[in-house]
Amino acid sequence: MKPLVPGTRAPDFTLGSTPAQTVSLTDYRGRPVILAFYPADWSPVCGDQMALYNEVLPEFERYGAQLLGISVDGVWCHAAFAKDRKLRFPLLTDFEPKGEVARRYGVYRTGDGFTERALFVIDGDGIIRWSDVSPIDVNPGADGILRALDALVPEARPV
Amino acid sequence: MSRRSEAAVLTPAISARDHVKGPADAAVTLVEYGDFECPHCGRAYPIVKAVQQAMGPRLRFAFRNFPLRESHPHAEHAAEAAEAAGAQGKFWEMHDRLFERQFALDDEYLVEYATDLGLDAQRFAKELATGIYAQRVREDFRSGVRSGVNGTPTFFIDGVRYDGSWELEPLLAALKQQTAATR
Repeated sequence: MKPLVPGTRAPDFTLGSTPAQTVSLTDYRGRPVILAFYPADWSPVCGDQMALYNEVLPEFERYGAQLLGISVDGVWCHAAFAKDRKLRFPLLTDFEPKGEVARRYGVYRTGDGFTERALFVIDGDGIIRWSDVSPIDVNPGADGILRALDALVPEARPV
Repeated sequence: MSRRSEAAVLTPAISARDHVKGPADAAVTLVEYGDFECPHCGRAYPIVKAVQQAMGPRLRFAFRNFPLRESHPHAEHAAEAAEAAGAQGKFWEMHDRLFERQFALDDEYLVEYATDLGLDAQRFAKELATGIYAQRVREDFRSGVRSGVNGTPTFFIDGVRYDGSWELEPLLAALKQQTAATR
């Protein structure tokens, strides 16, 4: 399975973010979106990655960018995880059909039943402008995302 | 893909603004991005001490703040407290005290530590209350994010993120290897 490459139109999706709400990629037209696929809620490395991004949110917001976390966990699991880690961005549930959105982005691990640790930065027109797949046990940090946002919104780049 | 070719590199490099221990011309430089309330950083603290002991003047060590404010409610003020102590010439003394007393980081304890260390506690308390070092701590945090910090502690050896184990033996081995490589 090959991850979608920069220049590709980002496949649209509508996924649950809470038991009562859904989020669509098109909701964010006009601003950059950071899609962060991660293997699972609660696993130590994932927790660190999402907790790190939670701390970095003000930096993402300088670019007007919206961060969306995605995993195959169910919506109640996400709710408990987000509450525990005090996350202030949506976690989307790629739960039914399982991993369908991840497959369309080319980042589903079929044998494992969860997604790669993959990042996509999508521009305001819905085009993928940067992507990255990390080794499954390595937290990629946020530097790559910020460099991609620098290129996308140069006027927001901190001096 | 794009990021893998760009190794996580320390930005900006160590300069006069940093808190540094060890000679400027040391054979190798170790930088830690840390959080005084983070239990992993607490565990790394004696290991870094042991590394400093073993390497002596061949090592230069710098500490930058990376408070995870959402996870650790005392981390931000503890970082500012270290900076406030630094402004009175006792950054490292406060750094050590905070890691040794990680379980007691409420503001009243921070002021108590300042008093213990012989600082002007009134000035310290005022600076802490007005948050005048918040900007500096934020600069550290931002530089960490830009440099590829992916959790705490994150170490850089001669400016490149060190992804290996920071247990004493492997960390010491990595530093010695770097010393040999740059000789």
